[in-house]
Amino acid sequence: MTSTILESTTETDQRSGTRLRVDNLRVGFTKGGRSKRVVHGLSFELAAGECVAIVGESGSGKSVSARSLVGLTGAGAVVEADELSLDGENLLAFTGRDWRRVRGSQVGFILQDALVSLDPLRPVGQEIGEALRLHGWGDKSAREAKVLELLASVGVPDPANRARQRPDELSGGLRQRALIASALALDPGIVVADEPTTALDVTVQAQVLDLLEETKRRGKALILISHDLSVVARLADRILVMSGGHVVEDGPADQVLNDPQHEYTRSLIAAVPGAHTRGRLLGSQVPPFVSVTSRREPTPFAGPVLEACELVKRFRRPDGTAHTAVDGVSFTLERGETLGIVGESGSGKSTTARIALALERADSGSVRLLGRDWTSLPERRRRPLRREISVVYQDPLSSFDPRWDVARILEDAVGRTELRSGAARRERVAELLALVGLTPEVLGRSPLTLSGGQRQRVAIARALAPWPAVVVLDEAVSALDVSIQAQILDLLTTLQAELGLSYLFISHDLGVVSHLADRVLVMKDGVVVEHGAVTDVFENPAHPYTRELIAALHPLSAAPTTEG
Amino acid sequence: MTPTLQTESPTPAVAPAVAGGGGTSRALRAARSIAAKAVGGLVVLWGAATAAFAAQLALPGDRATVILNVRAGQAMKRTPEELAGVIEQYGLDHPVILQYLTFLGGLARGDLGNSYQQYRPVWDVIGEQIGATFALTFTAIVLAWVLMVVWVTLTAGRRPQVRALGSLAETVTAGLPHYWLGIILMLVFALGLGWFPVIGGTGLHGLLLPALTLAIPLAGFMGQATRAAFETALTQPFVISARMRGMGDLAVRLRHVLRHAVLPAVTLSGWALGATVSGAVVVETIFTRPGIGKVLVTAVNAQDLPVVTGIVVVIAAAYVVANLLVDVAYTLIDPRLRTS
Repeated sequence: MTSTILESTTETDQRSGTRLRVDNLRVGFTKGGRSKRVVHGLSFELAAGECVAIVGESGSGKSVSARSLVGLTGAGAVVEADELSLDGENLLAFTGRDWRRVRGSQVGFILQDALVSLDPLRPVGQEIGEALRLHGWGDKSAREAKVLELLASVGVPDPANRARQRPDELSGGLRQRALIASALALDPGIVVADEPTTALDVTVQAQVLDLLEETKRRGKALILISHDLSVVARLADRILVMSGGHVVEDGPADQVLNDPQHEYTRSLIAAVPGAHTRGRLLGSQVPPFVSVTSRREPTPFAGPVLEACELVKRFRRPDGTAHTAVDGVSFTLERGETLGIVGESGSGKSTTARIALALERADSGSVRLLGRDWTSLPERRRRPLRREISVVYQDPLSSFDPRWDVARILEDAVGRTELRSGAARRERVAELLALVGLTPEVLGRSPLTLSGGQRQRVAIARALAPWPAVVVLDEAVSALDVSIQAQILDLLTTLQAELGLSYLFISHDLGVVSHLADRVLVMKDGVVVEHGAVTDVFENPAHPYTRELIAALHPLSAAPTTEG
Repeated sequence: MTPTLQTESPTPAVAPAVAGGGGTSRALRAARSIAAKAVGGLVVLWGAATAAFAAQLALPGDRATVILNVRAGQAMKRTPEELAGVIEQYGLDHPVILQYLTFLGGLARGDLGNSYQQYRPVWDVIGEQIGATFALTFTAIVLAWVLMVVWVTLTAGRRPQVRALGSLAETVTAGLPHYWLGIILMLVFALGLGWFPVIGGTGLHGLLLPALTLAIPLAGFMGQATRAAFETALTQPFVISARMRGMGDLAVRLRHVLRHAVLPAVTLSGWALGATVSGAVVVETIFTRPGIGKVLVTAVNAQDLPVVTGIVVVIAAAYVVANLLVDVAYTLIDPRLRTS
């Protein structure tokens, strides 16, 4: 902060510590002569050492609102407000030069996922130093020293070496810290964090929240933006809940979390999965189940549908050293049961899933499917069994051919050999759509134009097309907003109950696993460190790593809440 | 968190330690890859030389007669006595394999043989002209880069009308034939406005129009490849991060976005270093410049085979060097390629 800004600060704000005043903020976009308003009146005040959280689904207008505070709303945006002032300066009258002065020095912005939010081609130290350089901070050597100091202050060990590494060379936690350091470089009074923990492993999420909490304690004013109420629960003093561009609820955090007034807030709180939501649906509506006529009779088999025995998989790293990704993993999956595999990136859980799907060959050990040899067979002899196991990935978009519409994607999954007539295939597709709660309207659309939840429903329909016995769900709900995640989880629960499916559920999110799974394997560094019934593991974790995971859980998913 | 190899890479915290401390193994790997590329380059050179040698054999007519006719500048029937001298001099009575090995041996010693027409070493013939051609080609590539970077940075990711104008200009210029563009530039700037000499010469002043003739279509071509990557990079979150640090739009484009967009253009530059030689033939004729292009055309017309072969080998060498440079540039621009 420079002295000129302090002079222009109004006296009342100085006394009360108010940094930011937003009164009736309205944001619209004009495109091709038509204008569309996406934020209808947002008001709040922010003082030093305070945290305001804006919570809502994607498209609710929360990110647009935050970006309008630094003048980066985007092309064609119209920002209006009764008042929009930062440290006494009227933001509505700002020119490009004013904005550039304020950005970084008075308002620091932290975006989601440092892997793409920091320039992937440059060392992180350079990115942090750039913020200093842009605002004329010190000379080159002073800046270099400051970068190391900043990295150390956000808890990065060995900053001298880390500063020279690119985001992809750092672990998820370290690069997110580096991103935060770049936003805090000039000691801005206000820090805006837009989904700062989304897509991160739980333990890393907890580290990031700790860091933000400390920032707040040092007197920063914090604006926290998330789709997930449980993320903001710990930090927020005040919570604004947005839906469709309107603020539907606004109040002190305690009140919003414990005594929500609006129906939408209540549904957001109820949507957070955890041990306390086991055995019931997260949404208020039961997904309607459409009985299916064309379903193939399940292949009769009494034993476990999937049985993995002592799986081992080694990879060679780029530098030539060997690495054991999966080390002696065994499990069984009974019919109609959900087995959760929980662990962080690099724990070997996805490799285990790929071996179970026979997409990856294990170095030793084998998987049996419906009591028959599966992974030990050559692919040609595996093919008749393929229809018994299918998969849903985190990001269905990358597993759909972008040139195909939904009808073609699903007809392809039904298979030409299975149903020879086109009419019969279309009938099956219609049935699958109804099963996952989609209307026939989506048939002609490309997956690109579907929402995240619709896409995941299409992915589930595709997985169900051959009527498999086992569905592998590899982080299938991890990229979804909580409210959409709740709908998909409810759908999965209903489908399992009605169709007798077995799920192998891979996730880094213990909350989701404890909601859905019957039994759980906890994996770390390729080894199963703990396994058992979810309730046992969750209530009496034996391994320190499991305890760490549980400690990192958000308060809303860890403890029963009042929403009943 | 997509289930790719990258995010599933085991214990990411260990990888940096390897990258930081494994200096010797990294140097070893670098040395090995350079050696492999050098061997690859030699194979390319050998292939080009062999093809050129085979083409000599495949030409119609008796080679001794051809040589005598080239020397005399007129075609006529030769007596056996005349032919015997030439056959003796060039070893044309030896088995083909021996001739081939002699030829390769000469190449290895840097001896490209003698010109049939000019009675002097091919090296001298090429050496006199190659400097002018390389100056032209190099200037053209530099100019093309400047034009392309300025144009793409100013027009990519702007309003729809500006973007349309930007890519239209690239499509049009990429398709301009050298002979047409060269003549127009000469008519307008040399004859019309008198800003540049009509006869090129080797000076810097005379270099600009010929270089522009080569550079404009190349810039359009590279711009098409760069624009798409540039617009993709503009939508990346790190661009917003940089803006939120207080960086201006133009600075973000130049310091962050450009680097993500130039790899296709770098590849094209390697290709262009060789390909502009063929354009140089046209340009050198229009602007009456000295250069290897003209030597090549004359030599082909006159069937002065040692000169043709020499030029083929020299151009192949230029390609090999250019592609080695492109490989180096790649890892400098995108360091992630070094580890993968």
